[in-house]
Amino acid sequence: MIKDLLIILISSSLVSNVVLSQFLGLCPFLGVSRKTSTAAGMGTAVIFVITLASAVAGAIYKYILTPFDLTYLQTIVFILVIAALVQFVEMFLKKFMKPLYQALGVYLPLITTNCAVLGVALTNVQKNYGILTGIVNGFATALGFTISIVILAGIREKMEFNDIPESFKGMPIVLITAGLMAIAFCGFSGLL
Amino acid sequence: MKQNNISERLINGLIKENPTFVLMLGMCPTLAVTTSAVNGLGMGLTTMVVLALSNMFISLLRKVIPDKVRIPAFIVIIASFVTVVELLLKAFIPFLYDALGLYIPLIVVNCIILGRAEAYASKNGVLSSLFDGVGMGLGFTCALTIIGAIRELIGAGEVFGFALMPESYVPCSIFVLAPGAFFVLAVLTAIQNKVKIAGEKKGRDMSKIQSGCNSDCMNCGESGCSKRFFDESTKEKEDDLEIIEITEENDLPDVEEAAVRKEEEIND
Repeated sequence: MIKDLLIILISSSLVSNVVLSQFLGLCPFLGVSRKTSTAAGMGTAVIFVITLASAVAGAIYKYILTPFDLTYLQTIVFILVIAALVQFVEMFLKKFMKPLYQALGVYLPLITTNCAVLGVALTNVQKNYGILTGIVNGFATALGFTISIVILAGIREKMEFNDIPESFKGMPIVLITAGLMAIAFCGFSGLL
Repeated sequence: MKQNNISERLINGLIKENPTFVLMLGMCPTLAVTTSAVNGLGMGLTTMVVLALSNMFISLLRKVIPDKVRIPAFIVIIASFVTVVELLLKAFIPFLYDALGLYIPLIVVNCIILGRAEAYASKNGVLSSLFDGVGMGLGFTCALTIIGAIRELIGAGEVFGFALMPESYVPCSIFVLAPGAFFVLAVLTAIQNKVKIAGEKKGRDMSKIQSGCNSDCMNCGESGCSKRFFDESTKEKEDDLEIIEITEENDLPDVEEAAVRKEEEIND
C-alpha cells in the first residue's frame, strides 16, 4: 500500500509532471512565474486547493454519484463543487486563519477553476483511485506544479538581464525555457 | 460590412480574431492534443460544436440569467454540452475519444468558450452568436490542425498518416513529445511578435494581438481570460503582484459567493 502511494507520488510529481508533460495549469505557470517568491506562494496555494479538491471530489464521486448512478454528471458536478469549495476556503481563511489568508489569499481566486484542479479530479476518477490514493495523487500533482513553477521563476529572474532577440522577448523565450525544462523532466521517465 | 453579419462573424473568427494565432486563448488543449493533425482536427471540431451550441443557448437565455450569477450559469451550460459531446464521442468515434482522453471534459475550462460567452453571446442575438461560435471554432480547428500537421511532419515525417518526407528523413521525435509543443508554440508567438512589431512600426493598430497568457490569463475558464476583451489598455509591463491586484478587483468573488449561496439553497 505504502509502496503504491510512493509510486504515485513520484510518477505524478516528476515523471508525468502536470505542466511540463500534461500541459494543465499552463496559464498560472506562465503568468505568475516572474518572481520566485510569488511563484512559491502560488505553488503553495495550488497544493492546498488541489489536495482539498481531490478529497472532496473523491468523496462526492464515491458517496453521491456512484450510488445514484449519476457518474455521467461528473464534469458538471466537479466544476461547480470546486468553484464553490475554493470560495468557501477563502471565506473560512479570511475569518478564522488570518495569517494563512494573508499568505495564500491573493492566489485563491486565481485558481478557482484552474484546469489542473479539474484535471486531477477527473484523473482520479478515470484511474479508479480511492479517496486516499486520490488525495495523494492530488498532492503529488500539485507538488510537481510547484516544483516546475519555482524552477521556471528562478530561470526567468536570471534571464531578466539577458540580451534576447526582439521578437523572442516575453512569452517566446519563456516557452523555450519551458520546453528545455520539459526535456529535462523527460529524464525522470527512467525512474519507474 | 454589417457588424453582426453571418459571413463577417465567420471571417472574424477564422482570421481577424483567430483564437489561437491572434488572441492566444485556450493554450492548454492546443499544446496537449496536437501530437498529430488528426487529433488536432478532432479536438478543434469537438470544441467548435460545444462553442457553437453553448453560444447559441447562452444568447437565448441572456435575458433570463441574472447578471450576478452569470458566470456559474454559463459554466453549467457549457459543462452540459461538453458532457453531451463526450458521451457522443465515446459512442460513435471511440478512437478519437481514446486519443483525446482527459482533454474532452477539460473543454469546460477552455478560455475561448467562456470568453466568447462573456464577450459576445451574452450581448448579441441568437443567430449571430451561433455563427460567432462556428467562426471561432473553425479558427481554432484550423489552428490546431496546422500545429498538429507541423508537429507530425517534423516529428514523424507524415501528415494525416501519409508519409510526406523522403525515405532518408530521420524523424525528430521530440516534436511529437511534450517539449516539441513548447518549441512550436514559442516559434509561433515569436512570429506573432514580429508581425506585431512590424505593424506598429508602420503605425497600424495592433492592440488586438495578444502575446500569450502572460498578462491576465491567470485562470483558464474564469472570466480572468474574458476580461481582456474589455480593458485592453492595462497590459504589457505589469508586475506579477499588480496583475494579481487587478484580477482581485474583478467582480468574481461576488459572483462566486452568489453561486455558493445558490448551492446552499439547493442543498436545503
